[in-house]
Amino acid sequence: MTSLAFDQVRVNYAKRTAVAAFTDTVKPGEWLCIIGPNGAGKSSLLRAIAGVVPHSGRILVDGSPLTARSSRRRAQLVAYVPQSPVLPSGMTGAEYVLLGRNPFVTHFGHESELDHAMVDDVIERLDLAGLATRDVDTLSGGERQRLVIARAIAQEAPILLLDEPTAALDIGHQQQALELVDTLRLEHGLTVVSSMHDLTLAGIYSDRLVLIHEGHTVASGIARDVLNASVLAEFYGANVRVHHEDDGTVVVVPSKRETLK
Amino acid sequence: MSMRGASQWWIPAAVVALACSLLLGVMIGPAGPTWWRVPLELLNRLPLLSIDSGLTETQWAIVWQIRAPRVVLAAFVGSTLSIAGASYQGVFRNPLVDPYLLGVAAGAGLGATIVITVNRSGTSSWIIDPLPLIAFGGGLIAVLVTYLVGTTGKGERSSISLVLAGVAVTSLATAAQTFLLQRNSDVIRQVYSWILGRLSSATWSDVRLVLPYVVFSTVVLLLHRRLLDVLRVGDEEATALGVNVSRVRLVVVIAATLGTASVVAVSGLIGFVGIIVPHAVRLVVGTSYRLVLPISLLFGAAFLILADIPGRVLDNPAETPIGVVTAFLGAPFFLLILRTRKNER
Repeated sequence: MTSLAFDQVRVNYAKRTAVAAFTDTVKPGEWLCIIGPNGAGKSSLLRAIAGVVPHSGRILVDGSPLTARSSRRRAQLVAYVPQSPVLPSGMTGAEYVLLGRNPFVTHFGHESELDHAMVDDVIERLDLAGLATRDVDTLSGGERQRLVIARAIAQEAPILLLDEPTAALDIGHQQQALELVDTLRLEHGLTVVSSMHDLTLAGIYSDRLVLIHEGHTVASGIARDVLNASVLAEFYGANVRVHHEDDGTVVVVPSKRETLK
Repeated sequence: MSMRGASQWWIPAAVVALACSLLLGVMIGPAGPTWWRVPLELLNRLPLLSIDSGLTETQWAIVWQIRAPRVVLAAFVGSTLSIAGASYQGVFRNPLVDPYLLGVAAGAGLGATIVITVNRSGTSSWIIDPLPLIAFGGGLIAVLVTYLVGTTGKGERSSISLVLAGVAVTSLATAAQTFLLQRNSDVIRQVYSWILGRLSSATWSDVRLVLPYVVFSTVVLLLHRRLLDVLRVGDEEATALGVNVSRVRLVVVIAATLGTASVVAVSGLIGFVGIIVPHAVRLVVGTSYRLVLPISLLFGAAFLILADIPGRVLDNPAETPIGVVTAFLGAPFFLLILRTRKNER
């Protein structure tokens, strides 16, 4: 299992600071969920870990900074499921999952039999045999999402990043996708960092929540502490009620403003 | 995994198609020996074989000194334009991109125009013909300018600004060429015959001139065929998968451009091949660059050899420009494939 630490991580775009001095430590095997309103910097933080946008400060994997590693080595440590992944038309499901083996193939080399076997195994374990030979263009939103997660699993990276993994899915598929991630996390000992809009689901599946607002961390802790009505009103501008179920689940319910008479 | 099984047959099929085209190319011509004697003589020329083909030395000279270099050059031009087109389409993730995108054609055209206007009497009789060299230089300078101007952006933006810079450089070079032609209207015919492309004057020295560039470009592009598949998920995801996207793009663009500039320098602008061959290949073998690149290379070579045959047999000795033939043959063929594939789905 692999730990992930952030030391004063900043992400700047041309004129705007997306993430300001983010500091945190994610324990090996922990699922950290980043929450916050649109534009808070959740995606930017995940993209910085994935190496897609440059950052300052340090992101440490098992104690050594990510920037000190080659892009190939970094991809062996961190798998990234973007918010709106591109599934190239004409590619089959199996070919798409095989892309996850890229960090293990040399620049001019080709995938070995072992890579193909690995992909076949992931497809079987995630129950995707039906999608393996299909054109990714013909898949539904839920099928596509499972395929993208399969690609990330084929990458065999100990850290899994999920940017809004449930954004395009209905409630059943949301649950299936998150259950899948949770199962894989426990099986493989993955450290997971995700961003999520659905606060109830975020609270249920993650070990810890970090609420960021305009690039700054404003709250951090377990769901029970972070998800409270006044905090959500302040940073989301949302009018919500928060229920605590007997099993410890924290439920966030939006409430409609009273109609003016 | 059926793709892996079916794909094994495409490469041998394309190799056979290319071999047949090469043979057909040296057998057919307006003058020279009866067609069926040529393969016999070719066998005769192989070591340990002795066959009486009945070819005279003069007839053999027509086959070996006139037809053969032309056929080999056509193969080089066709294969390079096709593989460069497929690669450009891959790194820019734009199906409409062609090998002339970054200003190679316009720069080479301007170079050729300058040579022809400065020296009206023609340069082909010189010991070293400066026309292909200066066309090659013009093409490279144009691409260099495109690159220096176009790579200021980052990530996805850089590929768009590169294409825009290519459009601007193309306009500039074309304008300069038009300006020169207005002032020297007596050479318009000569310049246009160069622009429309020709293989008719091909010699073994032309083949030797382009050989190193064509080999370098082809090898580098083929080595990148797996990475071109990874790039299909976009710059960001490819980066997250461990690909150094800007470096791969730079290397592929340099290799494709060098190959294109070298073949343009000896053959003129032969349009349509770089778009039509890769697309026809995609419609038949699928979209993976692992297959699209090698098959485009082989079919592109075969296509241009075949496209060159009607030009030299019909309305002899005037010779229809090869660029016109490729468009006449290519467009209906392409439309036909497009139509039949649509019906299948």
